Amino acid sequence: MEEEKYILSILVDNKPGVLSRIVGLFSGRGFNIESLNVAETTDFQVSRVTLITMGNAPVIEQIEKQLNKLINVIKVFNFTGKEFVEREMALIKVHAKSEYRAEILRIVDIFRCKVVDVGQDHYTIEVTGDKGKLDALLSLLMPIGIKEVAKTGIIALLRESDKKKI
Amino acid sequence: MMLTGAQILMKILKEEGVDTIFGYPGGAVLDIYDELGRTDIRHIMVRHEQGAAHAADGYARASGGVGVCLVTSGPGATNTVTGIASAYMDSIPIVVITGQVPTSLIGNDAFQEVDIVGITRQCTKHNYLVKKTEDLAGIIKEAFYLAGSGRPGPVLIDIPKDVAINRILYRPPEDIKLRSYNPTYNPNMWQISKVIKLIKEAKRPVIFAGGGVILSKASDELTEFARKLQIPVTTSLMGLGAFPGTDPLWLGMIGMHGTYRANMSTGACDLLIAVGVRFDDRVTGKTDAFAAQAKIVHIDIDPTSIRKNIPVTIPVVGDCKITLGHLIKQIEKEEIVDIGKKRKEWLQLVDQWKSTNPLAYSQKNIIKPQFVIDRLYKITKGEAIITTEVGQNQMWAAQYYHFDRPGHFITSGGLGCMGFGLPAAIGAQVACPDKLVVDIAGDGSIQMNIQEMATAVQHSLPVKVVILNNKYLGMVRQWQELFYGKRYSSTNMEYAPDFVKLAEAYGAVGLRASKPEEVESVFSEGLFNNKTVVMDFQVEQEECVYPMVPAGSPITEMLLV
Repeated sequence: MEEEKYILSILVDNKPGVLSRIVGLFSGRGFNIESLNVAETTDFQVSRVTLITMGNAPVIEQIEKQLNKLINVIKVFNFTGKEFVEREMALIKVHAKSEYRAEILRIVDIFRCKVVDVGQDHYTIEVTGDKGKLDALLSLLMPIGIKEVAKTGIIALLRESDKKKI
Repeated sequence: MMLTGAQILMKILKEEGVDTIFGYPGGAVLDIYDELGRTDIRHIMVRHEQGAAHAADGYARASGGVGVCLVTSGPGATNTVTGIASAYMDSIPIVVITGQVPTSLIGNDAFQEVDIVGITRQCTKHNYLVKKTEDLAGIIKEAFYLAGSGRPGPVLIDIPKDVAINRILYRPPEDIKLRSYNPTYNPNMWQISKVIKLIKEAKRPVIFAGGGVILSKASDELTEFARKLQIPVTTSLMGLGAFPGTDPLWLGMIGMHGTYRANMSTGACDLLIAVGVRFDDRVTGKTDAFAAQAKIVHIDIDPTSIRKNIPVTIPVVGDCKITLGHLIKQIEKEEIVDIGKKRKEWLQLVDQWKSTNPLAYSQKNIIKPQFVIDRLYKITKGEAIITTEVGQNQMWAAQYYHFDRPGHFITSGGLGCMGFGLPAAIGAQVACPDKLVVDIAGDGSIQMNIQEMATAVQHSLPVKVVILNNKYLGMVRQWQELFYGKRYSSTNMEYAPDFVKLAEAYGAVGLRASKPEEVESVFSEGLFNNKTVVMDFQVEQEECVYPMVPAGSPITEMLLV
């Protein structure tokens, strides 16, 4: 069966060990997590986990059920096939020798990113967008020379119109 | 009221109705044991912590309640892991309390420190590390609630030494509110009506019941349902006793060592009503070929069991007892005319399979293991609580002892854990002091927790151990015989102790039968007394369990005697 990308958004108790229980479900079955983001919601007792994994429909159905079975999991949303907004943020530190500085700033401008740190021979660029935008930016900066990259992993929320259907 | 953590623990255990704990003391639980000694809770001191977990498991199954086990930190905790994993696989409600090093030392590789919460995360229903004495009462209450509700399972509470020592102003815990845990007991009535429709259409229905029926105490409902509709019943190993083993509608156990007629009926049925099962690979064999002609109804309280291994026509998430109750009510409402006539042809076919390849053995000069179980069944009139170890002994027990009631067959079904039977028998005997409790064992598996003989003798528990002694690890040897060219690699068990002398050394009674004619007398001497007894039956060495479905084959393709 064909493997697809799935985005799961999981509301959990904000307690020690909860993430480990979730991750354990995946590792125990030999599934890889492609991206993972965890942070508190407006309710400090609740965290939202946004998780991306590859699988086929029956596997994902089983994962969703297993997640729901965890005592600390409050609700699982599967965004796949729904209308949702997805964003990822990256900090990219690029080599910025004098001959490239103008070019880098042009790229930053085109992609509507920000330079958040600057030094004699580097820029650190903050960029937010979906995966396509981040990939495009990285591929443009790659020939110039990337020193380091840190990404948040994807976060996502359903569009309100689709949420009502759930 | 000022109470220490240990006092709070005892208080809540009493409130939860705990009267027995299986355990083993140690440094980190000294304060808890000190307090335990002041209560009237009975403590069964085992000889190895694995035994404590299995005994709590056996206790839970025989009593229908929650079993409790208490051990120290580090090795005490790790020794329980196999027992916890077994209880988890079989969905048995136990609460395991482990000591932990003081909170100030956690993470410092302190003496007898392990991260038992981390280790058992994947084999408990839930687990807790208690960080403050203030949290203790609520956590214990929650643990008992989680262990026994929904799909039951083991819950572990790790209590650091200082949490047990600290004295706080005790406030009774509030009612348990878990916004993230809400098992579905009541089935969707729309699904129920769809099931009824399928039942009406079916010409060749079969019921396949499992441990879930026993856990939800739904045996009466299942029996009524099957009899009303004249549907033949098979069960998994875990479901034995959920339906009377002497009923004409009984097909026998399904699966790898299932009966010919159970497997053939499942292969031929056009509707399979699965209740409280999880379609283990030992049941289904090749999944594509399993009940291939049938529409499948699957009733289970745990949604993860449904569509995990087998595609299902109608899933019903709900408690087995409540769901079967609804189905019965619905059947009564609708007039089902001439059910006997409608089923006649199908039941006749099923009966033919009964006589084609029945379970059989021929008793000649050497004792056949099946003969031992057969005699045990007759002599005990099928009324004993049977625990088993794992392997051939377990399968022969399942095939030749017929269970009419739930809670009488106690076995490590999912994990298949050797060394389970003796401690589980101890737990069952504690739960049911007036019952005859028999551990059916092999010469290999009995040695895995043989030290619990001392526990049985110390606590005057008249557990009976029946050893089917074939001087092999029989089931592994059977696979080597059938699938590995009779190369018996490391399955010979000639170097075993003299079990009769060993029993006597423990202060128990040891008996031996070497010839078929001695079987009867050993049973009549060994079974009906108030002593712990070991009965060593020197059985046919290379006997195999049949029928057998080779792993991964369709269950209708059986190797027969």
